[in-house]
Amino acid sequence: MGFITNMINGISLGSVYAIIALGYTMVYGIAKMLNFAHGDVIMVGGYICFIAMNNLGLPPVVAVLLSIVGCTCLGIVVERLAYKPLREAPSLAVLITAIGVSYFLQNTALLVWGADPKAFRSILDLPSIKLFNGQLTVSPISLVTVAACVAIMVGLTLFTTRTKMGKAMRACSEDKGAAQLMGINVNTTISMVFAIGSGLAAIAGVLLCSTYPTLMPTTGSLPGIKAFTAAVIGGIGSIPGAALGGVLLGIIEIFAKAYIGTQLADAIVFAVLIVVLLIRPAGLLGKEIHEKV
Amino acid sequence: MDRLKNLSKASRDTLITYAIVIVAFVIMQALASMHAISSSMIGLLVPITAYICLSISLNLVVGISGELSLGHAGFMSVGAFTGLVAAQVLAPAITSGPVRLLVAMLIAGCFAALAGVLVGIPVMRLQGDYLAIVTLAFGEIIKNLLNNLYVGYDGSLHFSMKDTASLGMNGGKVLINGPQGAVGIEKLSSFIAGFLLVLFTLFVVTNLVNSRSGRAIMAVRDNRIAAESVGIDTTKYRLMAFVVAAALAGMAGALYAMNFSSIVPKKFDFNTSILILVFVVLGGMGNIRGGIISAALLTILPEKLRFIGDFRMLIYAIVLIAVMLFSNNAQVRMAIDGLRGRLSRKDDDEALGDAIEGGDAQ
Repeated sequence: MGFITNMINGISLGSVYAIIALGYTMVYGIAKMLNFAHGDVIMVGGYICFIAMNNLGLPPVVAVLLSIVGCTCLGIVVERLAYKPLREAPSLAVLITAIGVSYFLQNTALLVWGADPKAFRSILDLPSIKLFNGQLTVSPISLVTVAACVAIMVGLTLFTTRTKMGKAMRACSEDKGAAQLMGINVNTTISMVFAIGSGLAAIAGVLLCSTYPTLMPTTGSLPGIKAFTAAVIGGIGSIPGAALGGVLLGIIEIFAKAYIGTQLADAIVFAVLIVVLLIRPAGLLGKEIHEKV
Repeated sequence: MDRLKNLSKASRDTLITYAIVIVAFVIMQALASMHAISSSMIGLLVPITAYICLSISLNLVVGISGELSLGHAGFMSVGAFTGLVAAQVLAPAITSGPVRLLVAMLIAGCFAALAGVLVGIPVMRLQGDYLAIVTLAFGEIIKNLLNNLYVGYDGSLHFSMKDTASLGMNGGKVLINGPQGAVGIEKLSSFIAGFLLVLFTLFVVTNLVNSRSGRAIMAVRDNRIAAESVGIDTTKYRLMAFVVAAALAGMAGALYAMNFSSIVPKKFDFNTSILILVFVVLGGMGNIRGGIISAALLTILPEKLRFIGDFRMLIYAIVLIAVMLFSNNAQVRMAIDGLRGRLSRKDDDEALGDAIEGGDAQ
């Protein structure tokens, strides 16, 4: 039964990674930038939800919606102020700016909410589900997390393939210049991607904090890096790849914690990334692009 | 003076950099001996020299070789901990502190170079952002492994990845205690040692850059395919830059660690790698002198901002974003280029400048 419990926990954690990774992969696909501030948007989402539930006494559903709206706005504002002026700049300048934004968000959170960890109350107030005479317990939040991940995956796939905006996004990520010539507003499209990515980060933040209920200004950084790793494992720029990479990473992490040791789990997660990239340099589902001379 | 003028531009640049470092050292040393600077500032002197070395060495990877490395602190930490162990083990054999520091730093450099080879071989198969993320991953792996490493010494070295009890020692001393790191470190580092290491690092990197190998490294950076087609072994030269940088970072790590009484593996995390990268980028990629200056300033700045308390890192973040936005602004760029163009034209080829202007008028 231990195996099944671990598997469920792994898939649930992996679903959170997958949701974050989706945001990462979409932003990378269109803006070709490593958005290191993405992890901190998760943390902001967690705090908004926490404040809305504990200080304002709002019902969880409203709190989650508020958190999504807040992070979406944050994503758009950050893109406008910090990333848009650097669209033609070398990628390293954009990377450093993203790191600056990440420090900015962390330290603002530190000033506003303090350094002490907050005990996050789960958005679901339901008892655990017991199966097989109590041998197997499943927390309802795990089920919600997995369901949310699947719903987001399906939604995003439909959005990018069926809607005009989604097609515009794919066009922009393929060739910005050509997309512009076809009458696509590239700036609006990029803003839209940041908005979606940040909204997803808010959902991920709420789900992450409901499962692991400590909320600090640095809560988002490590899951952010791991989700990015997941996106790269799956093949960066690919939506199914991000989901696959996320779930895989979550399962590996939980099993490594259970059977090898908590301390070494992160090292194993990163080792998997290296092995995958050595075998498939473009990630599991990524397209390999051959250089032309 | 004439001989100075006849030097090539590269060696003149290098000489100016040496001069700046030496003058800065003399001034700081004089100020410190006159007690004209605060004790917190004196405490910063060795870290500043260590960060300068790290900035120079990372510049070799990021600026000269053009690979984005996000795991430089990993090599620093390999150097720091091997250096600490070496200094402890050699304590009976070498009684002179500075000599022991030197030997410990050399050993640290060798181990960091070894780590650089082990990391570099797989990393060099990748490019661009993928390479960046893999260096990040290696940095995290090194940190995690050191977090689980226990080393004891009782006449011979004992290693364990579990706990201190499984070291199986008869008395002796635990040198590295997992996540608690190393405690009771003998303070062997000094500002002079740091200064000499900066000179050494500068010497190695500038000579490498201005050699045949250095030109090959830069050729690979500028156009890998073109470099390959003229017969340059791209992997070899990229790896060379990476490993040399790792070794130098390891030596700086040993210097850094032996300046404190205790040090934990967590100190050398992703944030430290980013800190060093920020030195390089703000100083101007590939510009070694800029990297030195920004490393010194950005180590002092947070200390000077201590009076504003929690706002300190917020200001740092804002400065970082502002500098990036400002220096990449098209208008600012144009203004700087125009200014530079005017200056250099006045400087040496006025006639050519006039000719070009005349050509434009037609």
